[in-house]
Amino acid sequence: MIEFEGVRKTYPDGTTAVDGIDLTIPAREITVLVGSSGCGKTTLLRMVNRMIDPTAGTVSIDGEDVGSLDPVRLRRRIGYVMQNGGLLPHRSVLDNITTVLRLNRVPRAQARARGLELMDTVSLDRGLASRYPAQLSGGQQQRVGVARGLASDPNILLMDEPFGAVDPIVRAELQRELLRVHRELAKTIVFVTHDIDEAFLLGDRVVILRTGGVIAQQGTPAEILAHPADDFVAGFIGADSGQRRLRVVERDGARIVVDRHDRPVGLLDADTPAHSDRR
Amino acid sequence: MTWILANLGLIGDLMLVHLRLSLIPVVVSILVAVPLGRLAHRVGWLRGGVLSVVGLLYTIPSLALITLLPPLLGTPVLSDVNVLVALGLYGVALLTRSVADAFDAVDADVVRSAMAVGYTPLRRFWTVELPLAVPVIVAGTRVVAVSTVSLVTVGALVGSRNLGSLFTDGLQRGIVPEIVAGIVATVVLALVLDLVIAAVGRALTPWARVSGTSGAARRASRRRAHRAEVPGTAAEDAVTGGGAA
Ligand SMILES: Nc1ncnc2c1ncn2[C@@H]1O[C@H](COP(=O)(O)OP(=O)(O)OP(=O)(O)O)[C@@H](O)[C@H]1O
Ligand SMILES: [Mg+2]
Repeated sequence: MIEFEGVRKTYPDGTTAVDGIDLTIPAREITVLVGSSGCGKTTLLRMVNRMIDPTAGTVSIDGEDVGSLDPVRLRRRIGYVMQNGGLLPHRSVLDNITTVLRLNRVPRAQARARGLELMDTVSLDRGLASRYPAQLSGGQQQRVGVARGLASDPNILLMDEPFGAVDPIVRAELQRELLRVHRELAKTIVFVTHDIDEAFLLGDRVVILRTGGVIAQQGTPAEILAHPADDFVAGFIGADSGQRRLRVVERDGARIVVDRHDRPVGLLDADTPAHSDRR
Repeated sequence: MTWILANLGLIGDLMLVHLRLSLIPVVVSILVAVPLGRLAHRVGWLRGGVLSVVGLLYTIPSLALITLLPPLLGTPVLSDVNVLVALGLYGVALLTRSVADAFDAVDADVVRSAMAVGYTPLRRFWTVELPLAVPVIVAGTRVVAVSTVSLVTVGALVGSRNLGSLFTDGLQRGIVPEIVAGIVATVVLALVLDLVIAAVGRALTPWARVSGTSGAARRASRRRAHRAEVPGTAAEDAVTGGGAA
């Protein structure tokens, strides 16, 4: 469990990126921080592994104030996945994945074996192990980034717009894989995105931030869709414009779900009644 | 021609001496410029100061510097130490800015991601930032090496024995082939040193040879780069690089 208490961050130039945030991130779930550009998502995320220290307030992990921990040791037990992978361009794929293990003094052979296993976990062909990052596609690089984040088997995985730089098809695939990996490994994942659809797809809980670094609303996707806290949230999730309003129409004997422009978006299952579980 | 054939031993001997006089300042300037350039890169308010001071150094005429050094250092007027120190200073002057640029050019996201996975600052410097700065540092070192080889000849004017002695001696005694031999040998030495440093740079950065583009495009661009660096560039540098003289 990660807790933010009265957390504020003001940069030296006077920008307040995060303004008095209280937030509890439950263990073993995916919590998505979502908001438009510049609303303090990255700043919030980096305060968890002390890449940034808060100006005021505390961030704690399982009740332990991270401010009291050695930053280097802390970072080695928290996975971090950056936008565009942030891979070391001069190290092979396998070396990139195993860096944390090597930093933690895991013997080379053991680190190698674990690295190859992780390549399986994120569905990367083991044949790519000795390539350099520049020799991979964007999607493959992202998988390496995820594998590297998982390498030390951390309890917490921080992901900062990890799928921002890939095309929609690869993105959908990576999202599915992330959900699968989460089902298998049940890590506490904090996922940053500015895409509300991605947030609703991945998040057990979603935290919507607004400019100036304050929380506009938090809750499960269903809660937020059902009861947007205010006009800002309604606008952000597209509820006000009717984008999220779907209807069922009968066509050719089937029940078809259509959007507000009557464009079909799916088929209503004939024999399942309304079911609330998303997965 | 007969003069050259009769004096091959002398030319070879002077080439070795010249190589030694060039290598020492180049190595020293790398050792000094890397920490200095790194400092300029890291500490914002020092950058301007450091880079202007080293920039000014380069504007001091080399002959003046070499003759000024003995009283300053307490070395004998004819000592090679004066030449070595002067060239070391020029090397630092040229290389410090390259080093600062080299570290500036390292992708900030890569550095941040090394931080995020838990590199200590020291380890991050040695295993991430420095290796990634190598290509630009090597490019700077090639310029320094070529310029140094050419500047060593100036030392001959104050009694240092090197390939420049062939010009001074040839001029005094009116032996044209001797002058030509001195020039050609200097250019050849500069070229060879330049190619060796480029090769070392390539060996140190195997990742830089791969790129996201297709194999054919990669090979073509390598051919282009190769063509561009072989003929003339080093020799031209050897001539123009002596601008401080
Ligand atoms: N080092 C810094 N110095 C000064 N201001 C900063 C710094 N880093 C971020 N900021 C500012 O703080 C605010 C929040 O930045 P942050 O990077 O956390 O936003 P974000 O929500 O991650 O945005 P994006 O979606 O574009 O990545 C922005 O206004 C940004 O300009
Ligand atoms: Mg961000």
